[in-house]
Amino acid sequence: MEKTPNNKAWLLVIPVFVIVAFSAIIPLMTVVNYSVQDIFGPGERYFVGVEWFKETLSDRRLHDALWRQFLFSGLVLLIEIPLGVMIALAMPKRGWGVSVSLVLLALPLLIPWNVIGTIWIIFTRPDIGLFGVAINGLGIDFDHTASPLDAWVTVMLMEVWHWTPLVVLLAYAGLQAIPEAYFQAARIDGASAWATFRYIQLPKMRGVLTIAVLLRFMDSFLIYAEPFVLTGGGPGNSTTFLSIHLVKLAVGQFDLGPAAAFSIIYFLIVLLFSWMFYQALQRVGTGEK
Amino acid sequence: MPVRKRTLALIAYFILLLLPIYWMFNMSLQTNADILGEFSLVPTDPTLTNYIKIFTDEAWYSGYINSIIYVSINTAVSLLTALPAAYAFSRYRFIGDKHMFFWLLTNRMAPPAVFLLPFFQLYSTFGLIDTHIAVAISHCLFNVPLAVWILEGFMSSVPREIDEMAYIDGYSYPRFFLTVFVPLIRTGIGVTAFFCFMFSWVELLLARTLTTTDAKPIAATMTRTVSATGLDWGLLAAAGILTIVPGALVIWFVRNYMAKGFALGRV
Repeated sequence: MEKTPNNKAWLLVIPVFVIVAFSAIIPLMTVVNYSVQDIFGPGERYFVGVEWFKETLSDRRLHDALWRQFLFSGLVLLIEIPLGVMIALAMPKRGWGVSVSLVLLALPLLIPWNVIGTIWIIFTRPDIGLFGVAINGLGIDFDHTASPLDAWVTVMLMEVWHWTPLVVLLAYAGLQAIPEAYFQAARIDGASAWATFRYIQLPKMRGVLTIAVLLRFMDSFLIYAEPFVLTGGGPGNSTTFLSIHLVKLAVGQFDLGPAAAFSIIYFLIVLLFSWMFYQALQRVGTGEK
Repeated sequence: MPVRKRTLALIAYFILLLLPIYWMFNMSLQTNADILGEFSLVPTDPTLTNYIKIFTDEAWYSGYINSIIYVSINTAVSLLTALPAAYAFSRYRFIGDKHMFFWLLTNRMAPPAVFLLPFFQLYSTFGLIDTHIAVAISHCLFNVPLAVWILEGFMSSVPREIDEMAYIDGYSYPRFFLTVFVPLIRTGIGVTAFFCFMFSWVELLLARTLTTTDAKPIAATMTRTVSATGLDWGLLAAAGILTIVPGALVIWFVRNYMAKGFALGRV
């Protein structure tokens, strides 16, 4: 059914707008301001126009970090979304199993991100960590501090371990909100499990899955603390993702101008891709109805 | 039996999920020397020293209290402002609605590192540095948009006929919203409350930038376990185990909202 046109609805949105805009607009403007200046200290700043943007865009290390980032976020979405939906479908629908499953799922999400990295350092150590000892016991020579491939595998494992529960919780809540009547109708029609999933559960989950895809894309694209603590961006530069590169620039060299220009480009990339995902997922939905 | 296979797969998943957490628990019961000394599946010489230190040292336990205060404020504010806004987005068309809706989410998209300095300046201007309110409001930047988005999705799946029937039955707007509509989307409210709590709970950069002592969050206290003598792994692991507890309680309380779907025809 069509939405009712009513401009008074703005009154309901104003509190949200005010509270978000308070923290959003001034810092963004300040960063834009930094990005066009060369700053030596308070009172000593020069307007340099788009100089920093040009410099940032032609930085080879940034290009490398960007491709790494796309690969990482792509893998994250390809693994976590289907896995999360499958786990949500396998979860019990009622009874004590629900409570237990929900609490278990929440555990990894509740640990501060820097602590997650730290715990995984020990967890994957080949001499004293459960994972490290187990995998070496299987005869696989595994050391994420030496081999870039092992470092990638470790970071991906940590990421999938940490964030798949978020997708599961969203997908599960979406599934639970489907009225029982739909399933009864499907049973009467003799629909297969796949048909029920494809034509009832998946379309009804579109809303929550849109949020899941966008959240996982944004957060994995901005990921910093966990891989930084675990690998420090190494070995070499093999796990230096965009944020790690940015912080090296902003804090390590204390170069506010280029770091601000970098931040804005970074922000625009996330914005562009989130918008594309959003548009694509919206269209998928309308095509199915 | 496909059902049983499914359950087994789920159990296998939960075991894998618990392994790193078990390892953290294992570490939390050992001294630093034991952790770094030798591999053992269970602590050879279990000790509660790490936990005792956290519960007796004010620098540690005040971190938990601070975090719980600002996270609770943030969750309440996020839900209370997002509920009416999400209703507006799901039911009405108004000037700039689509732009506004997407703009909200763009606030989650900026890499935080360079934004910390302007954030500090902004909150100093208002004299809010080192207050729980400052952290709670700054976390609204990413939690309010998330809450609006999740709630809007759940609200849109409630048929609009329900609103109309309630109006015909003579419900006033606030009464309809609280007694009819909110119960219908309680799954969404449960999941939203948990996510707001969770994202505010684990956020470190903003919380650390905006506080010094009085409102210092636990995640920031935990970075202090890195001292001149190296990292105190056992203490960090014990603190990590304790950071899970409040959130686990939250999901325990909202689980009933998530467990049962709503039944149509309740009105």
